[in-house]
Amino acid sequence: MTHADTADSHTDSHTGSHAGSHAEPHSFWTKYVWSQDHKVIAIQYSLTAIAVGLVALVLSNLMRLQLGFPGAVSFIDPASYYQYVTMHGMIMVIYLLTALFLGGFGNYLIPLMVGARDMVFPYLNMLSYWVYLLAVVVLMAGFFVPGGPTGAGWTLYPPQAILPGTPGTEWGIVLMLTSLVIFIVAATMGGLNYVTTVLQARARGMTLLRMPLTVWGIFVASILALLAFPALFVSGVMMLFDKLLGTSFFMPAIVSMGQTLEHSGGSPVLFQHLFWFFGHPEVYIVALPAFGIISDLISTHARKNIFGYRMMVWAIVAIGGLSFVVWAHHMYVSGMNPYFGYFFATTTLIIAVPTAIKVYNWILTLWRGDIHLTVPMLFAIAFISTFVIGGLTGLFLGNVSVDIPLSDTYFVVAHFHMVMGVSPILAIFGGIYHWYPKVTGRMLDETLGKVHFWVTFLGTYAIYFPMHYLGFLGMPRRYYAYEGYEFIPASAQTLNAFITVAALIVGVCQLVFLFNLAWSAFRGKPAGANPWGATTLEWQTPDTPPKHGNWGAELPVVHRWAYDYSVPGAERDFIPQNVPQSVSPSEAPDADPAAWEGHA
Amino acid sequence: MSAIAHTDPNAAAGGWRSVVADWSGDRQAFQVPWGKAMMWIFLLSDTFVFSCFLTGYMAVRITTTAPWPNPSEVFALTIGGQSIPLILIAIMTFILITSSGTMAMAVNYAYRRDRVRSAALMIVTALFGACFVGMQAFEWTKLIHEGVRPWGNPMGAAQFGSTFFMITGFHGLHVSAGVIYLLTVAARVLAGRYEQGGNYQIVEIAGLYWHFVDLVWVFIFALFYLW
Repeated sequence: MTHADTADSHTDSHTGSHAGSHAEPHSFWTKYVWSQDHKVIAIQYSLTAIAVGLVALVLSNLMRLQLGFPGAVSFIDPASYYQYVTMHGMIMVIYLLTALFLGGFGNYLIPLMVGARDMVFPYLNMLSYWVYLLAVVVLMAGFFVPGGPTGAGWTLYPPQAILPGTPGTEWGIVLMLTSLVIFIVAATMGGLNYVTTVLQARARGMTLLRMPLTVWGIFVASILALLAFPALFVSGVMMLFDKLLGTSFFMPAIVSMGQTLEHSGGSPVLFQHLFWFFGHPEVYIVALPAFGIISDLISTHARKNIFGYRMMVWAIVAIGGLSFVVWAHHMYVSGMNPYFGYFFATTTLIIAVPTAIKVYNWILTLWRGDIHLTVPMLFAIAFISTFVIGGLTGLFLGNVSVDIPLSDTYFVVAHFHMVMGVSPILAIFGGIYHWYPKVTGRMLDETLGKVHFWVTFLGTYAIYFPMHYLGFLGMPRRYYAYEGYEFIPASAQTLNAFITVAALIVGVCQLVFLFNLAWSAFRGKPAGANPWGATTLEWQTPDTPPKHGNWGAELPVVHRWAYDYSVPGAERDFIPQNVPQSVSPSEAPDADPAAWEGHA
Repeated sequence: MSAIAHTDPNAAAGGWRSVVADWSGDRQAFQVPWGKAMMWIFLLSDTFVFSCFLTGYMAVRITTTAPWPNPSEVFALTIGGQSIPLILIAIMTFILITSSGTMAMAVNYAYRRDRVRSAALMIVTALFGACFVGMQAFEWTKLIHEGVRPWGNPMGAAQFGSTFFMITGFHGLHVSAGVIYLLTVAARVLAGRYEQGGNYQIVEIAGLYWHFVDLVWVFIFALFYLW
């Protein structure tokens, strides 16, 4: 490790002048509000994301009420239905999942897991949160302006997104696009910090290939965010100009309500290309951190090293790279050149290879493991199940000839909710149950956790499994009502009512989770420093919850990878990453070739 | 020894695996300060922003049905009764590229801890930048007088004006931000703020940004004025 040693003196010389160097705050305001501490920022991000996610959850239940019991709720008219669809989608994808994974989990876990005192630029990190909050405020303002929020669908396709007839073309669409542009500024400031911290500020001995997979997932997702959000930024700016200045980037010549519009010569398909150049990597921006979290949860709670660590890392990197060359599989019916479909179907199917490697490795990690069915573990196993279902239907939709008849049906709704709605949210729940003891020092209540898990897990299957069937029946998505379509049998309505009841139960069940979060923070069982017996650095902090600067006087030194569980000959069934190799020679596997074989 | 056993044999294995082991083995992936690493990553992200803008421009230039105005005529100036194509933009480009030269010299003097010369060259760079923005404002004014608007123009396709104002405007904002950035750093260099640690990397980091803005201009110039 001479290589690393020479680097150390170099690093230490400017460690003092950068991260963690900001003085420890003492007043309430600098400690909890204008905080530059990554842990406080993480909690701010998480709470904001959960709050805004609740709004989106309520919107989804309102939509389900209309679909299950048409007309039963008087204030849901077609316009507000479309507004709910749009706001639900955008909030869940961007303001909940992206913000919670990167701003929440990323902020909390990266410095702790790689052994840093803070992010490399804490002030920028603080700005990232406040700009994110501004984006949320601008978005929410849409509910209170004349005309309400935009109802263009979360993909905001022009020309309809900015033309009269779509709800919210007065103010809603402008606020939506402005909010997205602001969000991208926030995500860029955060993402720069996460990537630089992982690359440049790791503890001694924490090589890239010793990092926990959670960090790998968040790290690659942050890179994707930095490279994919620019496309959304540009399309957002261009559409704002189309709306406010009357330019024609995305607007072709149009006759609308008997009148020829001023626009001409623009390209609506250009927007779709830009949007999905962002939109597809976005799927992996929320999937990769989930992959990482699930890997660590499974390894920890099955007391077994992750199977094929290096392949898991390479799979994350490969998926990240491939995610930039599959975007037009969202556009098979857009009217683009059919040869594109051939190319994008091929790349889409190739992405299944590294993804399948990950799923097999999770299963093989569980294989003959000492599985503890804790609440985080239940969520992790549930994730594998929902992700496989969603992934397989993704293979259906990735093929042009299968996609075309299924396009814009409930099959698509079922697919993407399973793969990028339910799966990441299960990973988030698992992650929260897993790391909550470190954040607060107290355990979440296990009984409430299991109630929350079973209702949510079984509920999501009750909601989304029937939707696949409705999709095969040809039931189109995004419709306000389905009366009078002869090809849809009347029994579909029964199924819709069933789905709605399931959705309402799952929605209400989240109150159990919220109650648990609040109650356990004060009344939960004290957790101790390392309740799960985990190896990674965040569980080895001198204080729980970790104090300002994370590590007390001395930074940790890393001596091993993150997955030394059930090492033969070791006295406990885990060896933390900062335990030197020489502590007990008998636990070093290479002293005993037979043990090493079993370990690898 | 598991992690060591995971990496060290690869270092000996040679080839691709040893490249990975080498690169991942350090505490730092790149032997540069944090600020510089972050600037590079930011510039990579910003490259994607400009690429998307320019791709969008190329796409609408292809889709629009109206004829595209001839840049040689639109961007010509009449000087002494002669219409000279692209003369203003040629001078602007020359100024911006020259400013990259003065910036490089400023970095050189900064590392020699010659504060006065370094700051002076940075101020010159910033002045060149301000000059560029000023000439851009002149160009915008001229085009606006000729009736070019974001939503239309008398010479042809409406997208000409839309993309022109959007892309040169976005680049102009970058230059303006760079001018402020450079002046701030220059003032701090003069005030001796970096004397304590003797670390003048910040000048180079500001330089990276400046060179990037210049490089982007080359692409905008080629795709907008020469196509």
